[in-house]
Amino acid sequence: MRVVIAEDHALLRDGLIRLLEAHDFEVVEAVDNGPRLVPALVEHRPDVAVVDVRLPPTFTDEGLKAAIEARRQVPGLPILVLSQYVEQLYARELLTGGGGAVGYLLKDRVSNVADFLDSVRRVAGGGTAMDPDVIGQLLARNTRDVPIGRLTPRESEVLGLMAEGRSNAAIAAALFVTEKAVSKHTNNIFAKLDLPPSEDDNRRVMAVLTYLSSR
Amino acid sequence: MTMAQSVPKAPLRFPRVAQPFIALGLAILAELGIAFFVLNVVAVPLIAVWVGIPMLLVFVPCARWFANCHRTMLSRFLDTEIQRPYRKPPIPGMLMWLRTTLADPATWRDIAWLLVNAVIGFTLTLLSAVLFLASVFYLIYPFLVWVTPDGVFTEPFGGLFTVNVATSFFVIPVGFLAFMIWMASGERLLRADAYIAKSLLGPTENAKLALRVRELAESRAETVDTQAAELRRIERDLHDGAQARLAALSMNLGMAEEMVSRDPAQAAALLTEARESASTALSELRDLVRGIHPPVLADRGLEGAVKALALSLPFKVDVTIDLPGRPPAPVESAAYFAVAEALANVLKHAEATTAWVQITHEHERLHIIVGDDGTGGATVRPGGGLYGIERRLAAFDGTLTVASPTGGPTTVIMELPCESSSLKITPSSGTA
Repeated sequence: MRVVIAEDHALLRDGLIRLLEAHDFEVVEAVDNGPRLVPALVEHRPDVAVVDVRLPPTFTDEGLKAAIEARRQVPGLPILVLSQYVEQLYARELLTGGGGAVGYLLKDRVSNVADFLDSVRRVAGGGTAMDPDVIGQLLARNTRDVPIGRLTPRESEVLGLMAEGRSNAAIAAALFVTEKAVSKHTNNIFAKLDLPPSEDDNRRVMAVLTYLSSR
Repeated sequence: MTMAQSVPKAPLRFPRVAQPFIALGLAILAELGIAFFVLNVVAVPLIAVWVGIPMLLVFVPCARWFANCHRTMLSRFLDTEIQRPYRKPPIPGMLMWLRTTLADPATWRDIAWLLVNAVIGFTLTLLSAVLFLASVFYLIYPFLVWVTPDGVFTEPFGGLFTVNVATSFFVIPVGFLAFMIWMASGERLLRADAYIAKSLLGPTENAKLALRVRELAESRAETVDTQAAELRRIERDLHDGAQARLAALSMNLGMAEEMVSRDPAQAAALLTEARESASTALSELRDLVRGIHPPVLADRGLEGAVKALALSLPFKVDVTIDLPGRPPAPVESAAYFAVAEALANVLKHAEATTAWVQITHEHERLHIIVGDDGTGGATVRPGGGLYGIERRLAAFDGTLTVASPTGGPTTVIMELPCESSSLKITPSSGTA
């Protein structure tokens, strides 16, 4: 799988390259600044890009802007954005384009290698990978929402994992239950939130995220 | 309220019909003021024989009280407040007070005003009152002639004519004339009186500067204190948090390194522990950074940061921001933390379902309004959240006003000086 990396810290950049190459990814280019990022993405059209939010020269949200711009030029280009902190506002902007194949994770998540690689592969495959912190904040905001209040604790848990972008199989593995039980929970959730049921993982995540962030 | 905090705002005007009676009252007070004048003037030479000291201790506060009443009353004829210019004694104590007071030009200006007021102020206010009373008197003159016995009201204008009930109607135009003059000049006479009072009772340029210096010294001391406290907090957070965790982390790594060949399973467990403690350290550092300067504020400015803040709260927050550019970083940061603190207050106390934030820039000031539909009853009290904001804003000469009746809604209005020329025009922020 071909990857483009954007990260200005040499240590972290080398770490990411090492980590990805050790797991059968091919790093086609690693850039260390914002202006170079969009051309690199458009030129290589990688299977997935791993991009840091804060990049030179402005050290603000350069990486995020570049990611959104690249996705405007190449619709559906899979991009996973990494950041030292997560911000609802940025998650929302990334998702606004629609179409999936985006991720937004805290940098610390890289340390859990298996999870991180799973997220990268999910984004490359057109799925989403939202940081548990983003989802946690979204759910916290919705505590006063009546339909969400009707969910059982187990269903809320499933809703959170689903919103992160995990498939039924992954949710089942995380909660130590059968896939069938998960799909029963998801059906209940969709019924309680009055969302159209969907078997497509990606569309399902979008429906849930849209629901949560519209409140 | 101190001087820098008072935004020029028009004090409430007296209604027109009340003015003649107020004028009459002022005229009477002007003459009573003579008593204060005399008592003060007599007391000063008597200091030499000590009797003057207790006299001044009593009479100066009396005169000040009298002058303060006039400051409040007369400011209602002007468009601005009349500030109290008195110096504060540097240390408490009766003699120190007396020394400061006698050296304070405001004391002598008060006394001068008492005299000026008794002559010029009296004339102006009395004229204003008499114009109105005369117009009323002449307008109802025929009635007076009719109801009173002959000879009481039959000789208007000091006996120039003699009239009966029928011919007395000819003086009504005089009443009209007086009324017109009063309409045109009644209020102006009172304003003139107020101007004279302001020129003597208001602070001189020197006194204004002294007041300003006092305020700046106070707010600087507070700012320095707050910053020192902030630094201590950051140091403590780093020491107890990230630093301790990194130490534990490196210890775990060292143990794992030593153990890796002997007991790989144990080493793996230690590594997992190390990773977790690194994660926690990072998350603590993140919270700390957010408290110092939120990254989103640096990225997106006030608008983006406030919107991001609004997104993280469990109630609906309407954000309206209309700024021609980005304020300087310190102002931006102060404004952001003020909004954040105000919204945190809403979250903690108000039980609101909706809040709103409005930020605009007008007249070289940043106007920030944070409102909610909660339970109200919010007050500024030492140690409270609103007090904290007030202190924070004071460092920038900013102000905070709270309107929060019991039962709500609550509105917190904050203002920060911010020159238009200092606003940085940035290419439109935000990407979506």
